[in-house]
Amino acid sequence: MSDALLVLTPVAVPFVGAVLALLLRERVAAARGVGMIALVTLAVLSLALFRRTAGGARLVGSVFGGWPQPFGIGFSASLPGAALVLVTALVALACAIYALSDIGPRRRRAGYDALMLAMIGAVNGAFLTDDLFNLYVWFELALISALGLLTLDRRRTQIDGAIRYAAFGMLAATFILLGIGMIYGITGTLDITRAAAALAAGSPSVGSAVAAALLLGGFALKAGLFPFHLWLPASYHTAPVTVAALFAGLLTKMGFYALLLVFAGLFGVGSGGVAAAQLVPALGLIAGATMVVCAAGALAQTDMRRLLAYHVIAQVGYMMAALALSTREGLAAAIFYMVHSIIVQANLFLGAGLIRRASGSWDLTRTGGMVRQEPLFAVLFAVPVLSLAGIPPLSGFFAKLIVIRESFDAGMAWLGAVGLLAGLMTIVSMALFWSDACWKDPRSGRTQRRLPGSALLAMAMLSAATVAIGLAPGWLWTVAQLSAKALGDLG
Amino acid sequence: MTALYAFVGAAIVACALFMILSRNLVRVLLGLSLLATGANLLLSLVGNVRSEQPPIIADGQQTLGTAADPLAQALVLTAIVIGFALTVVLAVLVLRAWRAEHTVDSRQVDSAEALGPPQERDPTNV
Repeated sequence: MSDALLVLTPVAVPFVGAVLALLLRERVAAARGVGMIALVTLAVLSLALFRRTAGGARLVGSVFGGWPQPFGIGFSASLPGAALVLVTALVALACAIYALSDIGPRRRRAGYDALMLAMIGAVNGAFLTDDLFNLYVWFELALISALGLLTLDRRRTQIDGAIRYAAFGMLAATFILLGIGMIYGITGTLDITRAAAALAAGSPSVGSAVAAALLLGGFALKAGLFPFHLWLPASYHTAPVTVAALFAGLLTKMGFYALLLVFAGLFGVGSGGVAAAQLVPALGLIAGATMVVCAAGALAQTDMRRLLAYHVIAQVGYMMAALALSTREGLAAAIFYMVHSIIVQANLFLGAGLIRRASGSWDLTRTGGMVRQEPLFAVLFAVPVLSLAGIPPLSGFFAKLIVIRESFDAGMAWLGAVGLLAGLMTIVSMALFWSDACWKDPRSGRTQRRLPGSALLAMAMLSAATVAIGLAPGWLWTVAQLSAKALGDLG
Repeated sequence: MTALYAFVGAAIVACALFMILSRNLVRVLLGLSLLATGANLLLSLVGNVRSEQPPIIADGQQTLGTAADPLAQALVLTAIVIGFALTVVLAVLVLRAWRAEHTVDSRQVDSAEALGPPQERDPTNV
């Protein structure tokens, strides 16, 4: 397959699948089959794409419509985008396997398969595009399909959660659009590489400062960073749990990827760019506040979904801390953390869904007994729990270690200390979570339901990936360093 | 002239932000729609709106000269379409909320915040 075609497949395959699934949605088995085939194909092609780019190569896709640059919209695959496309495919496939037992015919007739594929396509599009305006379009597309997924059951809680999600999402999108418009006004191009070169050549201006602030606000809202995080714990828990797992894994990380692309790539933070230099101290403050406030917020929750939603944001705080260091190693640490976090967060939500299925409640105080009932589940679930807490030798330990080491090395020891404090709270929260759900005696007088094998297989896939990163972190660190170099060299 | 455009755009954005802060969901909806309009106005300002020249590169020239930038206008058109789609989706959500709760006061549309009874039967696997 030619390179240009291969670069387009992570977007094209899900969207073709989405159209087919939409047409077939009344025939539930066919729609489910289309979704599964599309995701398996996507996983294989993403692996091929990743293998082509893993050495740091940049695969140039095509410029749509055959327009000469800088007018056309370019599509290309390089690190870190290609690595994130591969992780996205893994998480999407695991969620689709989990959905075999979680998403029933009514939800599939409501369009689950089509919406899920469209959202995966939009996420991949954001990871592969070269064009700022195109990036905005992928965000809007992801928002619309996410709203559809959030309201699959059309319950009151879901409508309420979706209103919050939509209002904050539209606000963020408009800020992003304004920021992109200003970048176009300053540089005269929307191509990220060319715009970065133009910004690096020019001197910082009021315009570039305002554009950076608008983009920071918009993408921070999408990533759920403090103080724009309130919408996330108010909406994620209303979604069906498979959907919540996809959201937790992919959507906030998509927002953070855009932050990386804009600040590390476009404005050259971490490679000597000064166009957004005035905002770098704010990045550190946002990161520190996000880590502490959201880890503390998680401690106060007993609803499993809401507890995990707070952890989703706290983890984005660690990535933001790595970006705020504005060093090349800091960028690599952020990318390492992102890959680890996508897998672990999705896995945690899948596990919470199974606890709910066995015990009948989302409330931690009403769960228990999983170790005795489902020892395999308790082991599989311990992997993401310990990884999130940062216990060696799992992926979360190395991710936190690198971020905190780099913050001490970069002379921002206070940020490292804040990270350690938030890490301690995460350990407490996760220890309570696992022992409440697994160790505690179950409520008497309730028979626990058995867990479906397909759901355990989905969790096993993600847990295996977490263990694999933990056993061979050097390999992912090399990929992360190449990614940081690719981002830094954009300008 | 450009400054006037910029101030009008800024005023629209300010009005929109004020409306979004309202507790009435319909006002929030209209505010978000107005915000998109303000953003589009500012976006079209980027592309030299004062010129009435058609955006055709003259024979033998390499650049556009003084004509308005068609790319900025294409961006505005795309943004209008996307903004319209999102406004419609949000309008549907507000309508559903009104049907379910018989109010558009965001303080009373709070069933997600309240989490519902913990034992509420989830329609899982239906």
